[in-house]
Amino acid sequence: MPIALSTVIDSLPYLLQGSFITAGIVVSAMLLGLVIGVCMAVGLVFGNKCIQYSITIYIWIFRGVPVVVLLFLFYFGLFNFLELNFSAFTSVTIVLGMTTGAYQANIFRGAILSLPQGQFKAASALGMSNSQAIRNIILPQILRMSIPAWSNEYSIILKDSALAFVIGAPEIMARTQFVASRTYQHLSLYIAAGIIYFLLTWAGVIALRKLEQSLRIPGYTHHGSN
Amino acid sequence: MNDSSPILRVNNITKSFGDNTILNGVSFDLVKGEIKVLIGPSGGGKSTLLQCINCLVVPDSGDIELENEQIDFSSKQDLYSLRQRVGMIFQDFNLFDHLTALGNITIALRKVKKISKKDAEQRARVELEQVGLGDKEDLYPAQLSGGQKQRVAIARALAMDPKILMLDEPTSALDPELIGEVIAVIKALAHKGMTMVMATHQISLISGLADEILFMEQGNIVEQGPPSLLLTSGNSSKTQGFCDRLNELSEVEA
Repeated sequence: MPIALSTVIDSLPYLLQGSFITAGIVVSAMLLGLVIGVCMAVGLVFGNKCIQYSITIYIWIFRGVPVVVLLFLFYFGLFNFLELNFSAFTSVTIVLGMTTGAYQANIFRGAILSLPQGQFKAASALGMSNSQAIRNIILPQILRMSIPAWSNEYSIILKDSALAFVIGAPEIMARTQFVASRTYQHLSLYIAAGIIYFLLTWAGVIALRKLEQSLRIPGYTHHGSN
Repeated sequence: MNDSSPILRVNNITKSFGDNTILNGVSFDLVKGEIKVLIGPSGGGKSTLLQCINCLVVPDSGDIELENEQIDFSSKQDLYSLRQRVGMIFQDFNLFDHLTALGNITIALRKVKKISKKDAEQRARVELEQVGLGDKEDLYPAQLSGGQKQRVAIARALAMDPKILMLDEPTSALDPELIGEVIAVIKALAHKGMTMVMATHQISLISGLADEILFMEQGNIVEQGPPSLLLTSGNSSKTQGFCDRLNELSEVEA
């Protein structure tokens, strides 16, 4: 057996353990981003001027600064300054979650604006408060509508999570680099890492598409099929 | 409550958007069981007036009294309680797209009136039966025709036990062959004594149901009276002229 292949096979369990770390980072970051994104989208559409400005500034910062800069800024800078002893895993999750939150806010905002306005009016006319109308009428529809865009966001964050290796979170990339620096089998190991990332992206996107189909509203043809 | 005292009192309502005055001091009373029909050219303020009555659009000035209680426009509780007692039917139905016909009706019963799911569904089925859609409860709005959607919307409003039902051009968005089924439901409601304020251009609703016609133009009620007075032939009222034109139009269509 060529040495390149046997190195990959020997280190595979070690690399695959890293994929659990990667998956943990991505799932937590996406959920954090979902909460941030939904709250900010509601604030952007229904909030007063002051709320809208604050959210817009947040979105511009997280869209305008590279993730790796944010990682260093938070992990070595802000968390240190605040004497928060966060692990590399937690720090990456927070930074990626806040970043995807900024993008998700725009996804959900667009979805809210695309809903026919009359439904909100009808909910109000039935005596619902704004927050009841948002929770019972708006959110169930925009979350369904946003799944295709959300799955794009998933594939971006999955790949951005590889940056976690720069602050030492033991995910796929960090482990691959560790093995490669000792065995010098760079080509085969990074191909293996690439395949693992590809499979994670593929599995996630397929799972989200299944979710979208199972939640599809009968007779409603507005959804794209991504 | 004695039947002759008004259930709804609208007093000197004004509303402007920027420089554009939509309502210019509109007043009328509505007695229990009465049906008032708003007609007039588009842009005359009919829709805005209806939306001011349940404060979907909050009036700039004037009073609204429902069941002898004046509504405080700045109190959210007052607005929510007002809207629960005044049902509204929209031109384009405004059903909730993610809920079945049954779900559209139960959601407000459960979330606003805090009725249990089981009781809400029971009530919703009764209402769907009333509008002739007992077999459609599991269908989503996208699976219903326009006339069926509007009937679900009527069932949804009725399930809340409104004191007054407001209808904003309930048949205007419907294909001609679907108008009949909605008119039949509205007429049945009228026979049961439902108190209604309705904006419509449907001649059969105007002449057949109205106790009083309010003709609105440029933010004012410029003529009002029972159809027997305003719609007698040879009458020179604006209402008569308007209805003649509606009649000519419907003859052209037919």
